[in-house]
Amino acid sequence: MSAPLLSAAGISRTYSSGGRRVVALDNASIAVARGETLGLVGPSGSGKSTLARILLRLIEPDAGRVDFDGVDLLSLRGEKLRATRRRIQMVFQEPLAAFNPRATVGGALADPLRIHGIAAPSERPAAVAHLLERVGLDPGLASRAIHEISGGQRQRVAIARAIATKPDLIVLDEAVSALDVSVRAKVLELLVGLQRERGIAYIFVSHDLAVVRAISHHIAIMDAGRIVEHGPAPDIVADPQSAAGRALVAAVPRLVLK
Amino acid sequence: MSETLARLSGLTVAYRTDGTSSIALDAVDLDIMAGERLALIGESGSGKSTLALALARLLPGTADVSGRISWPADGHAPLPGRDYGFVFQDAGASLNPVLPVGEQIAEVAQRHLGMAWREAYRRARNLLARVRIPQPDAVLRAYPHQLSGGQRQRVGIASAIAAQPRLLIADEPTSALDMVVQAEIVALLDELVREDGMTLLFITHDIALASGFADRIAVFRYGGLVEAGLAAEVLSRPTERYTAALIASHIDLSTPPLIAGGAP
Amino acid sequence: MSVLSRLLRSPEGAIGLAILVLLALMALFAGVIFPRDPLSIVGPALVPPFTDGLFPLGTDRLGRDVLAELVHGARASLAVGIAAAVVSLVIGSVVGTLAGFAGGLVDEALMRIVDAFQIVPAFLLALAFVSVAGASLPVVVFAIALGAWTAPARLARAEVLSIRERDYVAAARVIGMRPLEIALREVLPNALPPVLALSSVIVASSVLIEAALSFLGLSDPNIVTWGSMISEGRNVLRSAPFLSIFPGMALMVTVLGVYLFSEGLAQALAKRRARA
Repeated sequence: MSAPLLSAAGISRTYSSGGRRVVALDNASIAVARGETLGLVGPSGSGKSTLARILLRLIEPDAGRVDFDGVDLLSLRGEKLRATRRRIQMVFQEPLAAFNPRATVGGALADPLRIHGIAAPSERPAAVAHLLERVGLDPGLASRAIHEISGGQRQRVAIARAIATKPDLIVLDEAVSALDVSVRAKVLELLVGLQRERGIAYIFVSHDLAVVRAISHHIAIMDAGRIVEHGPAPDIVADPQSAAGRALVAAVPRLVLK
Repeated sequence: MSETLARLSGLTVAYRTDGTSSIALDAVDLDIMAGERLALIGESGSGKSTLALALARLLPGTADVSGRISWPADGHAPLPGRDYGFVFQDAGASLNPVLPVGEQIAEVAQRHLGMAWREAYRRARNLLARVRIPQPDAVLRAYPHQLSGGQRQRVGIASAIAAQPRLLIADEPTSALDMVVQAEIVALLDELVREDGMTLLFITHDIALASGFADRIAVFRYGGLVEAGLAAEVLSRPTERYTAALIASHIDLSTPPLIAGGAP
Repeated sequence: MSVLSRLLRSPEGAIGLAILVLLALMALFAGVIFPRDPLSIVGPALVPPFTDGLFPLGTDRLGRDVLAELVHGARASLAVGIAAAVVSLVIGSVVGTLAGFAGGLVDEALMRIVDAFQIVPAFLLALAFVSVAGASLPVVVFAIALGAWTAPARLARAEVLSIRERDYVAAARVIGMRPLEIALREVLPNALPPVLALSSVIVASSVLIEAALSFLGLSDPNIVTWGSMISEGRNVLRSAPFLSIFPGMALMVTVLGVYLFSEGLAQALAKRRARA
């Protein structure tokens, strides 16, 4: 891979919980290229969500370095960090928990536009309508409260919020795991379409190797805070080298037509 | 096939909230055969969990039930714990947080099998070993919060089968777990049901998961039964468009990637 | 369904609200119903209640109209109760929110101050403060608030600590929202409702503390309060017990109304939350 968009090297993070030291991340390194998807997959507790949140500066690592398009991401503070946030966005697992309970659809989408000065106040309703249309929702939803719409619609609004700032990278943390299968298929299609159209890179975090494989160019497998193997998606699935990789491949339910 | 364990006729369940009533299950007719593995499949709001709760008579007080559930094989409604075991989606919430798990399992055996406490406690230990908990002696004295999600679900299963029920109802037992643990739990349920000759009612949103070990499949949508039949037939020749769509939405390792060309 | 209609559906809420509305009307229109100063002497002393149409509830030792005093007393009681609750909620929320947000040393320091206030009985604190600062309405309000702000402070801190870990706060950081806006728009509006639910309890206890203070003579001598009426009546408790009983009943009804109202409100809010 030549000059990745984002590369994280030697990321470590320990928690102390009830007097015990828990190693969440142990010298983890990943890289994602512009316009590509890196699937980050592993069992629960493997550290994949912690790594995702470190890349978004929601959690600070104990050690390591993150380069984002030539910028030392972990050294950014204050206004510089805020300005850079525009370029890295996130979609969370539970769409209901990811919005202020008082928010309306339109309000949630207008926030990033206002904060980064993307649309003047008079242009915002049109920009919000455009975002909603792009993720396949009726612009009329803008006036509805977040808790009034369905789970699938909410996750589309979350994706609309993530693309509002025209980011280069979106971190999707189990973004389709809480959705019904038929909704999940359509949301995955939406994500792939957005990537093709806008050249957005994704870091797709999930415990489901089948879904990760369907959407990722490269896959990194995590286990107990470490990256145990990484490589092009077809290779990882066809011939996993690590024990964790083999377990993940074996665990995917196959449609059995007896 | 063998005798009918439960027969649902016109089963309708509606939940009351603030004077309005919403139908969760609408006139469902379904037979559950003794000794079969029946998978109830559906997405959220399909009514599959409501059906499981209605069978177990665990519906909340705000539910209005009409229609009939009869139990031709037993002649009476099953006793919880004794005649059926229930495995919940969230094992953590279904276990008592302040009681060691060994005592929770032993209590079921003591109450329903008429065992002395010592004997029941020994049975609890054997059950923990049977659900493949490593170091069962240590886990006997552990509290639920000290266990991982997968281990808690194993404890939930041990306590559900402690009184050797004829029917095991598992309501999305793996949807809170990761894939690797899910595969282990499903394999465990498969083995337990086979060994004990239990009837299994397996509720899931994942049609592929069900296809691996169910004899029959019943597909639900919006509270109604879409179609039911032998698993192989429903999966290879679905008669309803919705079932076909569910099968088509399934993603496994042989699904063509959504991205063009894979890695460049 | 709105919170108000839910509130009115529960018997507690409906009765509580009716009592409070009646009291509020009494307090608001006291000057219209009894335009004269309630402390002025209008008739013979110690007229028993229900005997004279001019003075339905009788007169006191100095020949003042008891009904007029009661109606005007509602003013002081409600004003002090509500003002003290508002002051303690504002102080408590600000301190608790600050502690929850800042964390670390600031949190430790603020919470130790809260501890220090909480270990002194609220009434003792109010008593000491009024004896030193002198009895006037603002001083009494502040004195009562001194003992009441700690509960909202603790609750606000706990709410803030829980909400700042939620995904929607993380999402606000990700879209680049400034910390101050996150605090004011994302955290505070969601942290305050349970704190506001405390207000009715604080109003009720403030009304009682105010009455106790004026019973001990620690209130503005130029206004009628129910506490001072009870204190007045104490001198003739054997011959004219009604002078103490009427204001005592007014106090009881007020506190009961506040409690019923808060009970109904809590139920209505819980139902709304369950639905959302």
